[in-house]
Amino acid sequence: MASSQTGIQPPFEKTARSFLENTQLRGNLGHATRTIRDKRQGVVDEMPDWEELREAGRQIKQKVMQNLDHYLLQLEESVTGAGGVVHWARDAAEANRIILDLIKERGETEAVKVKSLTTDEIGLNKALEKEDILALETDLAELIVQMAGDEPSHILVPAIHKNRTEIRDLFREKLGKPDLTDNPAELTEAARRYLRKKFLSANIGISGSNFAVAETGTVAVVESEGNGRMCTTLPQTLISVLGIEKIIPTWQDLEVFMQLLPRSSTAERMNPYNTFWTGTTDGDGPQEFHLVLLDNGRTRVLADPAGRDTLHCIRCSACLNVCPVYERTGGHAYHSVYPGPIGAILTPQLRGLSDKSAASLPYASSLCGACYEVCPVKINIPEILVHLRGRVVRHNKSRGGIRGRVNPERLGMKLLAWTLRSRSRYERAQKVARKGQRWFMHDEVISKLPGMLSGWTDKRDLRPVPEQTFREWWRTRS
Amino acid sequence: MVEDTVMNNTAKEAILQRIRAALGDEQTGWGARKKSAREDTRNLKTERGYRTHSEMNKQQRVRLFVRHVEEYKARVSEISEQELPQTVADICSAEKVEKLVIPPGLDEKWLPGPESGLTYLSDEPDQLSHDELDNSDAVLTGCFRAVAQTGTIVLNAGLGQGRRALTLIPDFHICVVRREQVTGIVPEVFWELEPVIREEGAPVTFISGPSATSDIELDRVEGVHGPRRLHVVIV
Repeated sequence: MASSQTGIQPPFEKTARSFLENTQLRGNLGHATRTIRDKRQGVVDEMPDWEELREAGRQIKQKVMQNLDHYLLQLEESVTGAGGVVHWARDAAEANRIILDLIKERGETEAVKVKSLTTDEIGLNKALEKEDILALETDLAELIVQMAGDEPSHILVPAIHKNRTEIRDLFREKLGKPDLTDNPAELTEAARRYLRKKFLSANIGISGSNFAVAETGTVAVVESEGNGRMCTTLPQTLISVLGIEKIIPTWQDLEVFMQLLPRSSTAERMNPYNTFWTGTTDGDGPQEFHLVLLDNGRTRVLADPAGRDTLHCIRCSACLNVCPVYERTGGHAYHSVYPGPIGAILTPQLRGLSDKSAASLPYASSLCGACYEVCPVKINIPEILVHLRGRVVRHNKSRGGIRGRVNPERLGMKLLAWTLRSRSRYERAQKVARKGQRWFMHDEVISKLPGMLSGWTDKRDLRPVPEQTFREWWRTRS
Repeated sequence: MVEDTVMNNTAKEAILQRIRAALGDEQTGWGARKKSAREDTRNLKTERGYRTHSEMNKQQRVRLFVRHVEEYKARVSEISEQELPQTVADICSAEKVEKLVIPPGLDEKWLPGPESGLTYLSDEPDQLSHDELDNSDAVLTGCFRAVAQTGTIVLNAGLGQGRRALTLIPDFHICVVRREQVTGIVPEVFWELEPVIREEGAPVTFISGPSATSDIELDRVEGVHGPRRLHVVIV
C-alpha cells in the first residue's frame, strides 16, 4: 500500500497536471475540503481559549523535541513497568522485521489493523505480505483502498478520490454481494458484517498511536468508527508503532491535544471513540502489548533547528483542507503518505533532499500561509517551506559539481544581485529592458519569454517596465 | 533471544546517539553548556492559559451535556433513580432487547424484575466469550464521568462498567449517568482521571456518540463497529 515510499517517484510538478485534469477527483476534493473547512471553523469559534491551547500545544511539543532522548527512556521504563515490551527501530526495515517476527513467533498468518500513517510510511503491509501474512485494514476507507489495490489520498479520508458507485462496484466484486446498492449506509453495513467476523477471531492487532505519555506509559488511539477499539481490545496480542516524535511528557498534557486534535481534524467537539491504555490489564484487553519506537528519518529532521518544528505535527490534516494547491491536485500528486502542506515539509526532511521527488515538494505551495493559521500546534509551514527551498538549492549546488556551479539560473541570480546593488547599474538595466521588451509585448503585457526565461511566463503574464519610472518622473518634477 | 536483545540495544543506542547529536550534545565546550541548558527546558512550566475549570453550575452542565449528546444522535432520558428499572424495561422492550449484558458491580436496584422477561448475561464468575457478547442484544453500564462541553461519556473499566469488550461488542449500549457525574470541560476530566491512571493504569475509553464514518463521499453514516445505538439515561 505504501509503495509511495519505495522506488523512484516523479516530482510534484510532473504529475500535478494530470491530476488537475481529473474532474471527478477535483469535484470530490472540492466538496470534501469545503465541508470540513466550514465545520472546523464552527467548532473552533466555540472555543474562547483556542489560541491559548495552540500555544500550550506548541510549548509542550517544543519541550519534547529538546529532550527527546530523556522522554523516550522515560516512556520505555513506564511501558515496561506496566507490562508492555518496548522495541526500538532505526528504520522501516528494522520495524517491519520486529513486527514480522512477533507475528511469526505466535504462529499467526493474519492480523487486524487500524489505519495508521506511520505503518503506511514503513510499508508494513507489503513487508508482511511478502511473508504471506495478511494485515487486514479495518478502517472503512482504508479497506476500500486496500481492496482496490490503490493508495490513500488524504490523511483523514483516504478514499476521498472514490465515489459511491466505484465503491459499490468494488464491494460487489470483492465481498461477493451482487445486489448491493450505492447507498453509503448499505455499503457501510456490508463492511461491518465482513469485518466483525475478523475482529472476533483475530489474535493479533496492529495499530499506530496518536500520543504516548512518557510519565505513565499510556498510549492513545483516536478514531471514529470503532475499528480502533476492536483492534486494541479484542486480540490477545497488540503491536503498536509509535513515531518517536509522538511522545508527550505528562498525562495532563493530553488535555491540550485532546481538545486541539478532534476540532482540527474531523471538526468535531470530540471524535466518537478514544482509547487510552497503559501496558496490559489483567482480564481486560490484550494480555501482551508491544510498542515499536520508530526513528526512520525523524532524528534527521531534529538535526535541522529551522525545520525541527515539523516534528510537532499531530496529523490532524487541517492544513490539507485549507490548502489551495492540495484542493486542486489531491494527495496522490505528492507521492508520499504525507500529502498537503505538512507533507511538503515533512517528506523531503524524512527522505533527504537527494530524493528528487521529495525535493520538489517545497515548491508545491503558493506560500499563502493558510496552513500556518489553522495548524493546532502553530507550525510555521510557510517559513519552513522557504527554508527548505534554500536547502534544496544549496544541496543541488554542492552535488552538481562544476555543472552545479555554472548552472544558468545561479549565474543569472548572481548577475541580478550585482545589478541591483548599484543605482546606476539598475537604471541602465531598466533602459535596456525597455528597449528589449518591445519584441515580447502583446496587449501591454509580456506573456511569452524565450528559452530559459520562459519559466517566468509559463503560468503568468509579466508587467513590462513602464515608459517612465518613478525615479525618472521625480527627476523631471522640478 | 539473546541476539534479539543485542539488536534492540544497538538500535536503542543508535537512536539515542542520533538524537543527542541532532541536539548538539556532541560538541565540546560550548556544546556542553548547551546540554545543561536543554535540560533546564524540561523543568520549564508550560503556560496553561486555557480554561482548566468551567464556571457552569450543575444544572447548566447537565443541560449542555444533554444537548451535545442529542446532537450525536444518541437518545437521552432524564429520570429519577427509582424509575430506573421501569425505564430500562421500557427501553429494552422498545428496542426488542432480550439478552442484556451486565457488568460486575452493577447496582442490582437498577435492574427490572423477572416480569420484564429479560435474560441477564453476567460477566462473572466466568467471562463471557466474544461470541456470547456478539449474540447479546444490549449492555447496561454506569460510567466514570461525563463531559458537558463535548457530550462525552468516560469509562475507566471500574465497577458497574466492566472490561472494555462489554461496551464494544453488543450492538446497543444503555449508559446510566448520575447528574453529579457530569463535569464541565475536558481538562477537568483529565484531572480527575490522573490518579486512576497513575495508581491502577486502568484502560480509559471516551465515547462521544455512536461510532460513525464519513468515508464515502463525506456522507455521515452512524454506527459502524462499536454499538450502533447509544441510550444515555440521566438520573
